Formats: sequence, C-alpha cells, structure tokens
Amino acid sequence: MREISLHILDIVQNSIAAGATRVVIGAEADNNRDLLHIYIKDNGRGMSPEMIEKVRSPFCTTRTTRKVGLGIPMLVAASEMCEGGVQIRSEPGKGTEIEATFRLSHIDRMPFGDIISTIISLVAANPELDIRYEQTVNGELFCLDMADVRRELGDVPIQSPPVLGWLKDYLNEGIGQIGTIP
Amino acid sequence: MKTLEDLKKIREQTLQAMKVREGEHNCKVVVAMGTCGIASGAREVMAAILDELEKNSVTDVTVTQSGCKGLCDREPTVDVIKSGEAPITYGFVTPEKARTIVTGHIINGQIQGEWVVATQE
Ligand SMILES: Nc1ncnc2c1ncn2[C@@H]1O[C@H](COP(=O)(O)OP(=O)(O)OP(=O)(O)O)[C@@H](O)[C@H]1O
Ligand SMILES: [Mg+2]
Repeated sequence: MREISLHILDIVQNSIAAGATRVVIGAEADNNRDLLHIYIKDNGRGMSPEMIEKVRSPFCTTRTTRKVGLGIPMLVAASEMCEGGVQIRSEPGKGTEIEATFRLSHIDRMPFGDIISTIISLVAANPELDIRYEQTVNGELFCLDMADVRRELGDVPIQSPPVLGWLKDYLNEGIGQIGTIP
Repeated sequence: MKTLEDLKKIREQTLQAMKVREGEHNCKVVVAMGTCGIASGAREVMAAILDELEKNSVTDVTVTQSGCKGLCDREPTVDVIKSGEAPITYGFVTPEKARTIVTGHIINGQIQGEWVVATQE
C-alpha cells in the first residue's frame, strides 16, 4: 500500500465482510506527541479471542478465494516500521475495533494520502452503510456522519452524483479548516 | 461554505432528474475491493468510474464493490453486468481504461474485448 488511507479502505472492507452496518473511521494527528493514530470501529460479527491472536499472521483468513489474508499483517508491518503498532479489540456478536499508531515524523511513515477518495469510494459502493469519519489535528476535530447526510436526503440516494460532489467539497473544506494530515 | 442545508436543494433537483433518466442503461458495475484490488489501484479505478458517469450525466448505473474474487493476479478487476447480458469481467483496469469502459461499454454497448479477463454464461 502506498497510503495510510488505502490501508483504511482495506480495513473497512473487513468490517463490510463481517456484516457491519455502522463503521466509525478516525484519524488523529498530534505534533506535540509526534503521533498519528488511526482507528476503525465496526458493529460486525466480531472475532473470538483465538482469532484475534492469529489474525496478525498472513496465514489466517476466513476468505475462501485465497489462502492468505494480507490486510491486517500489512497494517501491522507498516505501523511497526514507524515505532507504532496495531491493537485489536473484538467481541463476537458485538463488533471490532482496530487501532494503529505511527510516529508522525518517522522517515518510513507512508503519507496519509487521499482520505476523501477513500470515503467517497466507501459511500458510493456501500450506500446503506452508516459511515462516520472523524479527523483530529492537534486537538481540533472535524467529523461527518453519513446518518446525518442521509436524513437530509430523504428518498435521494446518497450515491447520486450531485450528493457525492457535495460530499467531496464538504470534506475538502472541513478537513482544510482543521488541517490535512501529511 | 458547504453545509448540510445544501442537501435539501440537491434533494429536489436530483429527484426530478432521476424521474427523467430512470432505466436507460440498467447496469451494475462492480469493483473488486479485496486487499489485492486496493493495493493495485481499485480506489482510483472506482473514482474514475464515478467521475466518468457524472460527466456523462448517467444516473441509473449502480456502482458497487465486492471482496476478492480470486483474480488477484489480474487486479484491479471490474465487472459490468447489463441486464439481459452475460457479466463481463475486465482485468488490469487503470483509471483511463475504466473511463473507456464507461463510455464504450456501459453507455455505447461496445464490449472492450481486449481487456476482458473472464465472462460468465
Ligand atoms: N472487522 C472484522 N470483523 C470480523 N472479522 C474480522 C475483521 N477484520 C478481520 N477479520 C477476520 O480476520 C481475517 C483476516 O483479515 P485480513 O484483512 O488480514 O485478511 P482477509 O480480509 O481475509 O484477506 P485480504 O485482506 O488479504 O483481502 C478475516 O478473514 C476475518 O475472518
Ligand atoms: Mg482484509
């Protein structure tokens, strides 16, 4: 992966595969603590403690199309390379939270990348999914909840082009105000 | 500044436009979004498809995603499923190819044969 935003897109695919109806995606950058923290929280089917143990290994997957699962091992490798790590909390039937940390200024840290494109892809292809995005930069918060967007829209599909256009502009402006993550 | 209030206007305009165009193309596009797909550029392909549909004012094509379908060595892959026709799977799709698939196949009905990696009867 070339961007942390692509890892985020990929980790959310696990939530979708796990039948989640709501996903909270967050990114928090703090210069004082020299920390980049990302988190993805879902209400999908969750994992057993044994599964959580095994999931860092590429030979663990419940998929049937391919024998290796790469998403989580790749995120673990990316964060550990930057003096960070991945934490997984999950409860069967309740949901899963995956957190990854990176030292913000670490020379090997890949760019945060195009988070807006990640969110737009997710919204366009999963119109029923309730996605919330939160970005905090040095203590200032921006957030957008698709549940609120959908409420305003009534019968209009959230994936219709004018809505996606609005979403792109809204995210651009909101994120621009608190600061983009490099 | 964009606000949630803007959505009310968008809502009225879009509802009217939808009525006019409904059912013209009747097509579903599926972008594979497994780790293999994302690592090889599926997000950019999805963005190109959405943009090209918007540019051509096509509002009745559903764009959706799937997980990995086992074509990992040919990602990014895109399925075009037109009603009444066999699904077509394109492989090694780039944003440029994706735009051609939208205008050529989805809008004008010309299957882009050289990029097809699988078909289902
Ligand atoms: N949010 C989640 N909820 C429930 N199960 C999960 C979740 N995330 C991961 N898993 C489980 O962990 C396994 C490994 O995930 P990982 O992303 O590493 O690989 P994968 O999704 O199977 O394949 P790939 O990511 O390479 O396409 C999954 O197959 C799934 O069983
Ligand atoms: Mg995965």
